[in-house]
Amino acid sequence: MSVPDARLPQVNVSRDSRPAAAAPQTEQPAPKPSLRQRLTELRGPGIRPRALDARALAALASNPGCRRRALLDGAGVDKTALAQALGSPASYGQSRFALARGNSFEARVKADGGAGLLRLLHDRLRPGTPAPGDGEVAVPDLSAAGPEGRAARTALALREATADGGWTLLDHPMLAVEVAGSPAYVEPDAVVVHPDGGWTVVEIKSFPMIDGVADAAKVGAAARQAAVYVLALEKVAGHVAAGTGRPAEVRDRVLLVCPKDFSNLPTAAAVDIRKQLATTRRQLARLTRIEDIAAALPPRTTFDLRLADDGTTATRPAEELAAAVESVGAAYAPECLAACELAFHCRKRSREDGAVESLGRSVRGELGALHTIGEVLTAAAPCTPSPGGAPEDPAAAALRRAAALRAEALAAAPVAGGPAAGPVRDTDGAGAAHGRQEPGCR
Amino acid sequence: MTRPPHHGTKKPRQAGGAEPSGPAAAAARATAEILQDTLHSPRPGVVVDSPPGAGKSTLVVRAARELAAAGRPLMVVAQTNAQVDDLVLRLAEKDPALPVGRLHSSEAGSFDPALAELPEVRTSTKIADLAGMDVVVSTAAKWAYTKVDEPWRHAIVDEAYQMRSDALLSVAGLFERALFVGDPGQLDPFSVVGAEQWAGLSYDPSSSAVSTLLAHNPDLPQHRLPVSWRLPASAARLVSDAFYPFTRFRSGTEHGDRRLAFGVPGDGSGVDRVLDEAAESGWGLLELPARHTPRTDPEAVGAVAQVVRRLLDRGGAATSERGPDPEPLTADRIAVGTAHRDQAAAVRTALAGLGVTGVAVDTANRLQGREFDVTVVLHPLSGRPDATAFHLETGRLCVLASRHRHACVVVCRAGVAELLDEHPSTEPVRLGVTVKFPDGWEAHHAVLSHLAEHRVPWRG
Amino acid sequence: MPLIETLARMEAAAAGAARPLATVRHRHLSEHPLVFVPLTTSGEAGAPLGALVGTDREKPLLLAVPQPRDRDLRFAFLAELADAVLPYVDGFADGIEWEERKETDPETGKKVPVQVELCADAPQLIVPSGAGIEFVRLMGRSMRFRRTAEQDPETPYPAPPHVPLLGRWFTHFGERAQVPGSCLLLSMTGLLTRHWATGQSALEDQHLGALLSWIDPPPGVSGRAAAERAESARDAEGQLLCPPAGPATDPAFDNRLLAPAMARYDAALPGAHEELRRLVEGQLRPTWDAVWQGNDLLRALPPGARVADRWKRDRWSYTAHRDRVRAGEPPQPKRDDAVTAARKLSSREAAQTQLDAQEALDDPLVMAARRLAGEAFAGTVTGVGMAYSEGARPMPRPLVTLRTDDRPQLSEGAKVHRPLPGGKTQPAAFVAYDDPASGSLTVRLTGGMGRGKVPEPGSVPEPGEAVCWTLFEHAPRGGPERPEPEDTPWTHGGPPATEPSGDAPDPMTAEDFL
Repeated sequence: MSVPDARLPQVNVSRDSRPAAAAPQTEQPAPKPSLRQRLTELRGPGIRPRALDARALAALASNPGCRRRALLDGAGVDKTALAQALGSPASYGQSRFALARGNSFEARVKADGGAGLLRLLHDRLRPGTPAPGDGEVAVPDLSAAGPEGRAARTALALREATADGGWTLLDHPMLAVEVAGSPAYVEPDAVVVHPDGGWTVVEIKSFPMIDGVADAAKVGAAARQAAVYVLALEKVAGHVAAGTGRPAEVRDRVLLVCPKDFSNLPTAAAVDIRKQLATTRRQLARLTRIEDIAAALPPRTTFDLRLADDGTTATRPAEELAAAVESVGAAYAPECLAACELAFHCRKRSREDGAVESLGRSVRGELGALHTIGEVLTAAAPCTPSPGGAPEDPAAAALRRAAALRAEALAAAPVAGGPAAGPVRDTDGAGAAHGRQEPGCR
Repeated sequence: MTRPPHHGTKKPRQAGGAEPSGPAAAAARATAEILQDTLHSPRPGVVVDSPPGAGKSTLVVRAARELAAAGRPLMVVAQTNAQVDDLVLRLAEKDPALPVGRLHSSEAGSFDPALAELPEVRTSTKIADLAGMDVVVSTAAKWAYTKVDEPWRHAIVDEAYQMRSDALLSVAGLFERALFVGDPGQLDPFSVVGAEQWAGLSYDPSSSAVSTLLAHNPDLPQHRLPVSWRLPASAARLVSDAFYPFTRFRSGTEHGDRRLAFGVPGDGSGVDRVLDEAAESGWGLLELPARHTPRTDPEAVGAVAQVVRRLLDRGGAATSERGPDPEPLTADRIAVGTAHRDQAAAVRTALAGLGVTGVAVDTANRLQGREFDVTVVLHPLSGRPDATAFHLETGRLCVLASRHRHACVVVCRAGVAELLDEHPSTEPVRLGVTVKFPDGWEAHHAVLSHLAEHRVPWRG
Repeated sequence: MPLIETLARMEAAAAGAARPLATVRHRHLSEHPLVFVPLTTSGEAGAPLGALVGTDREKPLLLAVPQPRDRDLRFAFLAELADAVLPYVDGFADGIEWEERKETDPETGKKVPVQVELCADAPQLIVPSGAGIEFVRLMGRSMRFRRTAEQDPETPYPAPPHVPLLGRWFTHFGERAQVPGSCLLLSMTGLLTRHWATGQSALEDQHLGALLSWIDPPPGVSGRAAAERAESARDAEGQLLCPPAGPATDPAFDNRLLAPAMARYDAALPGAHEELRRLVEGQLRPTWDAVWQGNDLLRALPPGARVADRWKRDRWSYTAHRDRVRAGEPPQPKRDDAVTAARKLSSREAAQTQLDAQEALDDPLVMAARRLAGEAFAGTVTGVGMAYSEGARPMPRPLVTLRTDDRPQLSEGAKVHRPLPGGKTQPAAFVAYDDPASGSLTVRLTGGMGRGKVPEPGSVPEPGEAVCWTLFEHAPRGGPERPEPEDTPWTHGGPPATEPSGDAPDPMTAEDFL
């Protein structure tokens, strides 16, 4: 499950992706030495890359145009620490109540050796095979040392289960997925192998399904995450099918398990993730451009925080870090606040630049080539069009008309009083937080 | 997409059978099966999917006449007044002696005055005035206000995929059994308020009438018309692959059956080169430099207008299977399609400035169901800083890309592929809602990569 | 986002303070609204942690659940909530007026006028944010199927009296809130964003503290600085200075303050209960005050002329639900049947169209947006030519020419509408642009001039008069009647089962969560 963010603190609970214990080594295709070396430089000497979990991979799709995020995530930079050192910490956190609830729910779902879970799966997916009887579900031990060890163990278990031709529940398997030439390890809540060689990803979430309806945004996030798992499994399935001579097919319908109504009894729904698979596949393929992004950086650019001996205090000056971050472009939009640790920093910059996107992606639609608030307001100001000039920009014409209509209506208003009606100058600046207490706040 | 969908989609009935000799035979066989089920199936409904230009109206007219001939009066439900009038005119043309009632609303101008000229067609606002007519045709909206003592034994529901489930709910009590005909690839019905509350319910009132019908009656006979007589061989494949991946169709004509030629040779400009490309291959992409623009991008609008102007000036002539001689490409055989009304208005103004009249310029919504020799399309994503659900909607692109018999020229700014790649995918997912395929994002990529092979830069 | 609102946001961003989006108040505000500020327990579906509730801004009632996993404590909370809310809701039930309505006589099948009761006023609930409205719906769902010991002596874990009734009312409020322009249940963020544009995004406007900071910043501080502080400033202990408006709590509050306090309560340490109540109140009170501050700001705006008309629909809605409760009807089903869903959708669509029209007619700033979109045009009459309709009894059909700077999207014969004094509407049809360059166009009046051969005085605009025509109707009619549920056709699954088995009470389990 995923880490909730502070703006939506109730989202759900993390369990799926224990951070990779060590840097990836053998068995996986190593990135080109030059790129790997460059990415190491970007993190700083001796800094282990942060593991990209399924949630982080799925989140890349929430703003695939952001080069900054692609590079930082691709290089495994600790964005939380970076944001802290930049002075714009992400207020991500996770309530221990939610964590406890999520853990107890998953434990309940998987209790009784997975029999209940398999019943749900059989009922919702109708896989065309008889339901497993009592004691007919194999639950292999997947423990091994390190993520690559666990991934290898998982691959073996999948192979055995498929060859075996029965029902198998893989509890927290470990899967490798290639991201921009480097392996990332992802950990679904469960994978079920069917007797016919079908593999189904199971996502266990702690948000409720009430009368069969669940929060669509959360289901969407779960579906994107599941798509990463399915892609990771597809590679293994290819090997298993070739190795065992038995069909091994990863289903593109996954099972989403949630608490039913207001209880903590499990219920489930099948989720068709074909769309999410198509987009995730394409997004992962595009991550190869990290190399191009890195190549375009000024020489010796690094996001190294130069941690002090305590391992947590950054000693690198914030301005230096900010300059490094600025060297790769961001595509900030307010949606980032719920999806990226660096969002407060990017928002600050976006607002300082007066970027129109800071007011939301949807404002851009009618603004054409006007990219800053200043440009928009200048275009909206009354003026006489230059005679015989180029055909006028319809965006500017519409803005001027909008401004005129707005002014006319406000002038005709019954009362133009009330707050925020008179001219107010921006008094942003140091010390702005002094003075009277904020409305409604301590 | 090569795999079949999980549920809710149709299987052609004659799976496994060998292809009959030609498209005409395939279409005839499909029609025969549809009519057989319409007249004799024990089930209360029959569903027919019709891709663009596959002869949907012809089928509706034929089914209506056969039912009437079998002594079974019927009601016909269409979605707009224009569609109703068109059906009445077609019925009268095929069978001038057939008594047809045109039920209409009391608002002035709610039906085509040409109907008054037809001897066997009676028009009225009251259903009682139309008692005893073999066929009574009206819009779903008017039928919803109509009360009858005895339900009709038969009905035909036209454009059923563009009809909302709640509209069907209001009229379904008027008939016992019905033939539902429509094009699943065109624009979906929509609601101006949120309907998420009912998402996943089989009878979600904002979904299409066919989704509800099939959710409750999954065993109804389902057919499709397998041949597009409108789309040329150059377009049928792309449109079928991109928009109808699970119900493929073919063109009624072969490559070479249709020809578009110009009397005046090209002057080497981008506009003329893209016209030559489109005449040769059926597709042309006139690409303007990448730039973020407002919807009524003057440069793109101007380019659209110039393409139309040159189409007319160069003495276009279209040869097709309909006859041995080339037909001159006149203004009424050309259409311009846009996503937004203000874009259509801007194109009209630009065309008027170039002295062009008589060319249909409209949005995808209003071009649905219409047919032209050549279409010029302002790409829905041209110059946009972002792709919204509206612009990505599969049906919109499908309508724009499937109105032509000979060629389609798309005018677009560069950068749309990147725009699609950078489109955030954060779609909410509602449990129980059948995923609609194809996805707009994928369909756009498919069309774009095809168009890229027919790209001509605007300048130079 | 409409361009005119985009522009207002940009003006606000540049000025550092919110700009008006309306010149009148477009929602009814009760003299005595019931403000409800709930908090929920993280990770639990609808397990309340506490609430402030009441009609007196100085004396909110504090409800807190010291251990949300304890069913008895949760039931005690719900019982107290019912005791606080239901008397308020019922308080409007008996003040009635009589209205005439057409109803179908079951004997004759004819429409006959009947006198029916309409409550003279109705309750109004205000919650801080959209999430609060969702929470009211959720609580309604969780309570309305509960069984009390009185209803069913055998039921395990019977709910306190009135709890199912509160569930039905919360469900009704939640459903009504889906109707555009309705005012039985409102969110303060929704109210404020309707009337002011801030210099931040709509997403960030969901934070009530930040939103208020833009609209009504403390003296000497820009709205932006105040908003940023409201969003994220924390004290030395890492607690937000401005707690979230709920119902979700801040994880830092849960982990550092609430969890230890709950542990002390579970250990039955003296004073632990009071400490918990104090903590919960500390999170709630700033939001409570913020809601009332927003209420003050909104009340300073004059109400739109048609606001009372929409409120009357809310009164009908309240009266109808009062009647259903009095008649002993069962609680609202878990999911709508086909006919109910279709009816609700079409009534909401009609309400949306009506709201859009009425807001534009009430407020020149809203009309400005419609004019910019080509859906209305305003101008000055330059000429009137008398003309008559053809036919046996020619009626006046004067041609009115006007000059406008607007660019309406008109085609020949398009219907246009003009508000007349007294609330009536005059229809006309577009004839032609006389001179597109100068914005001169002609319309033909087609009604609103009385029944005589000569138009009634004042019904035809005169040269020099300012007029505003809209392309949209002013009182759009609703959709057709739907069949009765028992007549649901075969296309929609036929009539629903009379006793939907799915609407049984939720099963009670030993570790039930609410």
